[in-house]
Amino acid sequence: MGMPFFSAGTDPGSSLPEVLRRLGHDPFAMTGVMGSDHGLDIPHATTCVAVKYADGVVMAGDRRATSGNLISHRFMEKVVEADRYSAVAIAGAAGPAMEMVKLFQLQLEHYEKVEGQSLSLEGKANQLSGMVRSNLPAAMQGLVVVPIFAGYDQRRHTGRLWTFDVTGGRYEEREYVATGSGSLHAGTVMKVQLRADMDRSTAIDLVCRALWEAADADSATGGPDTLRAIYPVVAVIDSAGYQRIDDADLKTRYETIAAQSNR
Amino acid sequence: MTTPFYVAPEQMMKDRADFARKGIARGRALVALAFDDGIALIAENPSNNLRKVSEIYDRIAFAGVGRFNEFDTLRVAGVRAADVKGYQYSRDDVDARGLANQYGQILGQIFTHEMKPMEVEILVAEVGPSTAEDQIFHILYDGTVMDEPGFCVLGGDVERINAAMTDSFARELELGAALRMAVAALAGPDRQIPASELEAAVLSRSNGRRCFRRLPDQEVESLLVSPA
Repeated sequence: MGMPFFSAGTDPGSSLPEVLRRLGHDPFAMTGVMGSDHGLDIPHATTCVAVKYADGVVMAGDRRATSGNLISHRFMEKVVEADRYSAVAIAGAAGPAMEMVKLFQLQLEHYEKVEGQSLSLEGKANQLSGMVRSNLPAAMQGLVVVPIFAGYDQRRHTGRLWTFDVTGGRYEEREYVATGSGSLHAGTVMKVQLRADMDRSTAIDLVCRALWEAADADSATGGPDTLRAIYPVVAVIDSAGYQRIDDADLKTRYETIAAQSNR
Repeated sequence: MTTPFYVAPEQMMKDRADFARKGIARGRALVALAFDDGIALIAENPSNNLRKVSEIYDRIAFAGVGRFNEFDTLRVAGVRAADVKGYQYSRDDVDARGLANQYGQILGQIFTHEMKPMEVEILVAEVGPSTAEDQIFHILYDGTVMDEPGFCVLGGDVERINAAMTDSFARELELGAALRMAVAALAGPDRQIPASELEAAVLSRSNGRRCFRRLPDQEVESLLVSPA
């Protein structure tokens, strides 16, 4: 393959999906796909949550992927660093969702390199919205992908978060979001325990608790697995960027939650 | 009907080469050199926005001199080629050698087939896991690709700067020493270049996945002060 060279009038600009499309690698070209409605069991990823706190946002997702009633993966990472100041969490059909996240990460980096500066946080959310919309034909056949997007807005000096629907609808939330099969339980926990201007540690405790309750009630959401030492992915994004919370820290937090629950 | 004048192919190529060389020689120079932690790229560039040095991929950087719009088009084409290849295969499959050859093909094609050759000289650098595996490719306006060992000079006044670099270049220098050597070569004996007129970036092995990092003016300034 030669180097992609376009004439001035037809230049695709800083959009990587458009460059891929021109070169015949349309990332959303899916022909003849069949969703689980057609008897094909495709791995699905489940509960993810995000909440704002005083200095940024905290995001968390369990590690389980299911195919029908079977657990297909125990180590899935559904909260993914999109770039230094933002992250995506995904629920839905695992294959297309992972592919979308990969394309999204590449697009943010591509834009930054071509333009010489990063997209604004709102611009990033808008890009993701376009990708979810492009996935609509596949979603109609059962391969639904619904992400959460959260990050630290360096222009406004605050954390921000967005939810999406299958049509690419983009909704900015004020306090918290939950998505996936366990979202009802996780969302309720967050709604009840939410405090304005929580500190970082309180916010981490809150998302851990939300996932705990979701796993307790929803078979498709994985709880902390002490036997295999698998803990949810929890990440904090603030003015210093994306930081993942390490498993040792999560282990002590979950021990506390377990002790409280046994009372 | 008028008969076109016959121009010998040798003459035609020479005219084009002279034209391109003249355009490049008007601009200011750029030096790339290996140091202990990677590759440093330093250009004399008073503009803070029209960059000569930039990132292509995880371990690969681009630098160009000559006409800005022409080398910037090449830079964007390189970013696209690298990102598409990384998307299609794996991030590990993107390498400077492949990119340098693709640049060579495009520049060669334009040199022989278009009305006007590109008035640019570009460089593709890649840091390897160790100093021995660092690569610097120098690509000329006519598509000639050269693999440069250790350092490379592009732009105007090349002969003098090249001579200065050949005299002083040493491998495994730390960044400050490498930077001072390159800036001394760029400036020559009679003048000093302030940090604000320099554009400096490094491909650093210790910078995580994305090795490319721009050095802000303040950092360049402190690096240029030689330790007593």
